[in-house]
Amino acid sequence: MSEQLALLPAYLTGHLQLTLLALAVGLAVSLPLGIVAARVESLERGVLGVASVIQTIPSLALLAIMVPLLAALQVQSIGYLPAFIGLTLYSLLPMLRNTVTGLAGVDQSLTEAAQAVGMTPRQQLWRVELPLAMPVIVAGIRTSAVWVVGTATLSTPVGATSLGNYIFSGLQTRNLTAVLVGCVAAALLALALDGTVRALEVGVRRRSRALAWAGVAALTALCLSTVAATAAQAWGRGGQRPVVIGAKTFTEQYILSEILARHIARETGAPTEVLASLGSTVAFDALRSGDIDAYVDYSGTIWATIMRRETVGADGERVLIAMEAFLREEHDLTLVGPLGFENAYAMAMPRATAERLGVKTVSDLARHAGALTMGGDYEFFARPEWRALEEVYGLHFAERRSMDASLMYQAAAQGSVQVISAFSTDGRIEALDLVVLEDDRRVIPPYDAVILAGQRLGRERPEIISALQTLAGAIDAAAMRRMNLAVDRDGEDPGAVAQAFIERLGGAGMTDTTIEAAQQELTDSLGAHPNVVGTAIGLCAGTPCIKVYLARDDEALRRRIPDTCRGFAVDVEVTGRIRPRDRNP
Amino acid sequence: MIELQHLTKRYGDIAAVADLSLTVERGELLVLLGASGSGKTTTLKMVNRLIEPTSGSVTIDGQDAAALAPHDLRRRIGYVFQKIGLFPHMTVSENVAVTPTLVGWDRTKTRRRVRELLELVDLDPASMADRMPAELSGGQQQRVGVARALAAGATVMLLDEPFGALDPLTRDRLRASLLRIRREIGLTAIFVTHDMTEALLLGDRIAVLHHGRLVQVGPPRELVRAPADDYVAELMSAPQRDAAAVDALMAGGDAQ
Repeated sequence: MSEQLALLPAYLTGHLQLTLLALAVGLAVSLPLGIVAARVESLERGVLGVASVIQTIPSLALLAIMVPLLAALQVQSIGYLPAFIGLTLYSLLPMLRNTVTGLAGVDQSLTEAAQAVGMTPRQQLWRVELPLAMPVIVAGIRTSAVWVVGTATLSTPVGATSLGNYIFSGLQTRNLTAVLVGCVAAALLALALDGTVRALEVGVRRRSRALAWAGVAALTALCLSTVAATAAQAWGRGGQRPVVIGAKTFTEQYILSEILARHIARETGAPTEVLASLGSTVAFDALRSGDIDAYVDYSGTIWATIMRRETVGADGERVLIAMEAFLREEHDLTLVGPLGFENAYAMAMPRATAERLGVKTVSDLARHAGALTMGGDYEFFARPEWRALEEVYGLHFAERRSMDASLMYQAAAQGSVQVISAFSTDGRIEALDLVVLEDDRRVIPPYDAVILAGQRLGRERPEIISALQTLAGAIDAAAMRRMNLAVDRDGEDPGAVAQAFIERLGGAGMTDTTIEAAQQELTDSLGAHPNVVGTAIGLCAGTPCIKVYLARDDEALRRRIPDTCRGFAVDVEVTGRIRPRDRNP
Repeated sequence: MIELQHLTKRYGDIAAVADLSLTVERGELLVLLGASGSGKTTTLKMVNRLIEPTSGSVTIDGQDAAALAPHDLRRRIGYVFQKIGLFPHMTVSENVAVTPTLVGWDRTKTRRRVRELLELVDLDPASMADRMPAELSGGQQQRVGVARALAAGATVMLLDEPFGALDPLTRDRLRASLLRIRREIGLTAIFVTHDMTEALLLGDRIAVLHHGRLVQVGPPRELVRAPADDYVAELMSAPQRDAAAVDALMAGGDAQ
């Protein structure tokens, strides 16, 4: 709870920056537009029609559609701007409609009286019509305020910080506290804003100075604190733009983005920021446009959806080489390096079902698919990998259901679907006793997790690229699975999991001399034993360790090798004469 | 003095008012009398340009009304109508002070004027000034309406069935007040009504309109004695018919 509340100032500030400005601009547009529309009948229908159509667009889609629209205009397409524009559009209808109805509802005898006492049209508007329409207009403002505060939680997927960060990451990482904090904070904010506007209006209408001033004071305080917090954020960065790390919408990405951000901060002292819960291709677009500076993607995803290459039979090494060249030449992006594990799409089934049906491979599955229901994450059935699976194996399920990735595993465990598009590093595969089916015709391409860096880092910040390079090969599949499980099953915070990893890595990375000294000490103690091929610094289950490679198993030699050396685990591998490629740089 | 010359208002093919010429002398109260749809309200609203005439002209104290900006014209002309139209978000004194404020009077002068006018229309300034219109009776509201119309020193007043929505007793009291105010400040006024009794009691002269045309104009006595046509005759006999019916009822006979 306390670590969630620690995020509140940043999230609340982001939320207020969005909602207050969107409402202010929305009001500045809809009030004059409403006034004009109320007078010009031909305009009224058009204006209200357009606003109504905007309103019928689902709010999440309205925000999401801003991303490609703004990208096409070559302006900032991720983050504040798309969310702000979407919310502003969304705020229009209630204010516009109530302005028009409020003005139309003013008794005609009063407008006639206003004319008759000698008011100019402008005086009629300001002294009679607007004051009389005010309760209706204010009701519209209040509706808009509540809508916009609520809808602003949906700006997280387009990269704007809001209270939605709690909700999105909380839902993904099964952190109900975070979800609750986000919902309660958004609800309280909506009530507070609604109450403030109401107090202001009632104060003015009943001529209660105290109430009106209380409203003004509350609104001013809200605006000022937002401005102050914004300034404090900017000042805290010392004017330097932080390195922005992106994350897609699943647990592994939350953890990895935190690892990248914390690692950079620790190695280079540069301020970092995580922009979490981006849509899959939104993340790549954001990197290209410079809205984020680095993130982790998967080779197969770039290969299939960005490069649009044939997935069937693609080879890991070849994919990485082609991808590096493609990213560098086509987009001026840097492929920093693979993290050391693969997170592939994998068809997974509950073990009991698989055994009952005798399904071990996807080919086996194809024979039973007609009687089964498959669950996939939001994008899976739209991805080229799925089309390839369908085509090559002739997969035709009785039913296909798209659902949130975090719910998919549960759905399979409970039997509401029989097959899911699992991620191979997801800890829940094991935890829920699912089995991964072998892709026996190699349709799904390799999905090496790779760090991608944008133009700015590539050109101006070589020290950050270097820092990121030290993460290459630092995480193996077991380590990733364990970290995912710590979040998904044990409810740990992704940031805390990342921090623990960084500290373990730091034990090695920051004090390389120590692990190197340990390696040296071990090597020396073994002497020039004929069966020792060599030693290396590597990773054992995600933790730095010293590996000893033996030409052949030798019981006597094994006894001479300690389990740990200077606190680092020692791992013995029998490899024959060939020394395996050292994974650690 | 108000002069209407060949005043015409057409809506499409229909003439609401056709070629109407009339003069209201300074200090005179002229009643425009006619049935609903006879064009009397349209005529009245053309005087302060709430309705723009299709053709013809209006001259007030020798000045062409069309030559002034409409709001300037209206600030000099008091307007009182049946729906009263007090601004519900303003207090009584603010309502009365509307036109002085528009004209740019200073506070002290305006405040003094508001007091004066409230007293003129028989309202107690101390207890009334800060009330909201909704807290007043219909009769009190229309008194405020009259005060508002006179506020900026208008000497010309247009009244469109101002007492039409009030109960008979209140109406009688307000008529009496109006006659007194007229005398006190020498108003030039046009008073629209369809009530024959009201027309006879208030009007220095009566102008009878029928289908947008002026049928006859003259002092009440003359209209009763020498009606120009059957329509005027029938109109003029209405109060007498009513009185006769009441008498008959009192005598225990049939009201018909």
